[in-house]
Amino acid sequence: MVDDIKPRLRVPTTAKKGEVIEVKTLITHPMENGQRKDAAGKVIPRLIVNALKVTYNDKPVLNVKLDTAVAANPFMSFFVKVEESGTLKFTWTDDEKNSWTAESKVDVA
Amino acid sequence: MTSMTLTRRTALAAIASALVARNAFATPDQAREWLAAQAKGTPKEGKVTLKAPEIAENGNAVPITVSVESEMSETSFVKAIYIAADGNPNPPVATYEFTPLAGKAEVQLRVRLAQTEKLIVVAEMNDGVLYTVSREIKVTIGGCGG
Repeated sequence: MVDDIKPRLRVPTTAKKGEVIEVKTLITHPMENGQRKDAAGKVIPRLIVNALKVTYNDKPVLNVKLDTAVAANPFMSFFVKVEESGTLKFTWTDDEKNSWTAESKVDVA
Repeated sequence: MTSMTLTRRTALAAIASALVARNAFATPDQAREWLAAQAKGTPKEGKVTLKAPEIAENGNAVPITVSVESEMSETSFVKAIYIAADGNPNPPVATYEFTPLAGKAEVQLRVRLAQTEKLIVVAEMNDGVLYTVSREIKVTIGGCGG
């Protein structure tokens, strides 16, 4: 199941110096919230993506802590101010310490 | 001996009901307690905007937008946004920690709402001032599974 999990990004590839760009991310993850029961009535254990870290040229931009109330396939959109060309890096982590990373380059003119 | 068994049974029943109670829906107080534990102080109204549908047909994924008025400069920025839902089994929804590099304190996400309930947002500025907003969302089908 873990292999099916893929991060998706929508990030502008070019920007002006000092521009605040909108970043959209989505990771396909079931976000099992630990409240549901299976057919046998057993509680399905919680397994959610609990963190997303965003850096730009290795400088922290945003840390998100997610709880069970975040919907499946967590979609997150936010902003980043870009002063120079660089790489946005996203790291998701789930309850079982699996982690996924994605990168996107931004050219600043 | 019989009475002792009964006492034990009563005790077990009490423990069991306590466990069930923990799984039940949170109360608005729990949501407020969680928020108070994240950021110390008394939040004021204002600066924070919460956009959400008035009626959400599907509680499994309710799109919301939270934004906070701030210049997001090195000296004045939003340090964190805390989002709680006061009628979910677990009140915390998400915590966002910003640096001035974010440029703009606005986030979008999709949340699960178990029932018609209030979303409460607290924003913490870098100088420790807190702002809050809350909003009730009517939910037709709850999103926490059976």
